[in-house]
Amino acid sequence: MPNDMILTRRGFAAGLAASALVLALPGRAMALTADQAKTLVDKTVGDINGIINSGKSEGAMLNDFERLFSRYADVPAIARSVLGPAARQASKGQLSAYTKAFQGYISRKYGRRFREFIGGRIEVAEAKAVKSYYEVISTAYLKGESPFEVRWHVSDKSGKSLFFNIIIEGVNMLASERTEMGALLDQRGGDLDRLIADLASL
Amino acid sequence: MGLKNSFMPVRKLAGLAPALALLAGCAGAPGPDGINDPYEASNRKVHGFNRGVDRVLVGPAAKGYGGVVPEPVQRVVGNLADTLDLPGDIANNLLQLRLVDAGENTLRLATNLTFGVGGLFDFSSALGLEGKPTDFGETLHVWGVGEGVYMELPFAGPSTARDTVGMAVDIVLNPVRLALPDKEATAATVMKLFSRLGDRNRYSETVDSILYDSADSYAQARLLYLQNRRFELGQTAAAGEGTGDDGFIDPYEDPYAE
Repeated sequence: MPNDMILTRRGFAAGLAASALVLALPGRAMALTADQAKTLVDKTVGDINGIINSGKSEGAMLNDFERLFSRYADVPAIARSVLGPAARQASKGQLSAYTKAFQGYISRKYGRRFREFIGGRIEVAEAKAVKSYYEVISTAYLKGESPFEVRWHVSDKSGKSLFFNIIIEGVNMLASERTEMGALLDQRGGDLDRLIADLASL
Repeated sequence: MGLKNSFMPVRKLAGLAPALALLAGCAGAPGPDGINDPYEASNRKVHGFNRGVDRVLVGPAAKGYGGVVPEPVQRVVGNLADTLDLPGDIANNLLQLRLVDAGENTLRLATNLTFGVGGLFDFSSALGLEGKPTDFGETLHVWGVGEGVYMELPFAGPSTARDTVGMAVDIVLNPVRLALPDKEATAATVMKLFSRLGDRNRYSETVDSILYDSADSYAQARLLYLQNRRFELGQTAAAGEGTGDDGFIDPYEDPYAE
């Protein structure tokens, strides 16, 4: 949504007024943001379908997936969480290089798998506020498969609503990638710079 | 099944009592990561063995099966294997006192045996009757048995102490195996093995990515199994429904985050 980026003075004032209203009406604010969370997932799913059905080459599709991922997911938060305790020792420069490498790595890894969605669809059912985040529940219908559940965790802590986790039939992307990244780092004797360099080819 | 036969399961079940006791004895508490794996060292050895078996035997066999056997035939094999599982599912549904599930699976069995021509076609799923697959491990869960330690079994793969006992009970007490003469029971087993090969081939991308593309395939398989199993058993509560594990990991909690 590029028009969201243009922040006019009037828009800014209107935004302030809106946030005042939102603060005054907490219940309403929840409902609004749950809707936003659902909209985010609707858009993500729509874009995924668009990429899959674009008929582009795999390389071009993977680039599109990376763009989609950086637009709808909170990549810095996901990357840091996946790196775990090592993120605390990392310098600012290392962290930003790692985040960039991670974005490519994760887009390629899941982008390749999204090809299994060809001919299938994801239906977004509902969104609700839970603790400090929003959960959007969807069902994936793939060709020749029983339908299965996909949950999206969405937060606006970064300043806009972005998803930070996907849970497929109980299998948690953040947990799985933490295990993977921990093992990759161990294999490199805990050397983050080597991990960053190697992520580009994984 | 005669009266004599119907008593056999009870005797066989009694024989499993020591296994159940063992299960209760070794059920420790899971660590902070929700994983209880005190036998990790030996489990990893079994994992290495399983990977080898998959690489040289099961993987290629599945690929061959998928390449040689036409897809409609594979589907028929899968449907037959699935239908053969239904009596066991229904028995477990009843032991769990889940009568609605038992009803759905019974209806599924009846529909597929009649309109599905003896289980060749999955007529029920076309009607939206997807079935409620279950096993004795789930029955034990319903009865209050904890999952116990994590185990990787030779050939069978990831499991827990509870699910291993469950699997043994399901094999020994399978109603189809007990009801059928030896020859037919063997045919049913072979059918199941072919169906498994079909699954291995159908999900080859997923299986390969876990076994061969991940940095620590043992840890990855363990995590996937435990998470998905707990989800199946309804242990991962839907978000907002109380204190259950809803799978929430907060990536914003790190105090060192900017």
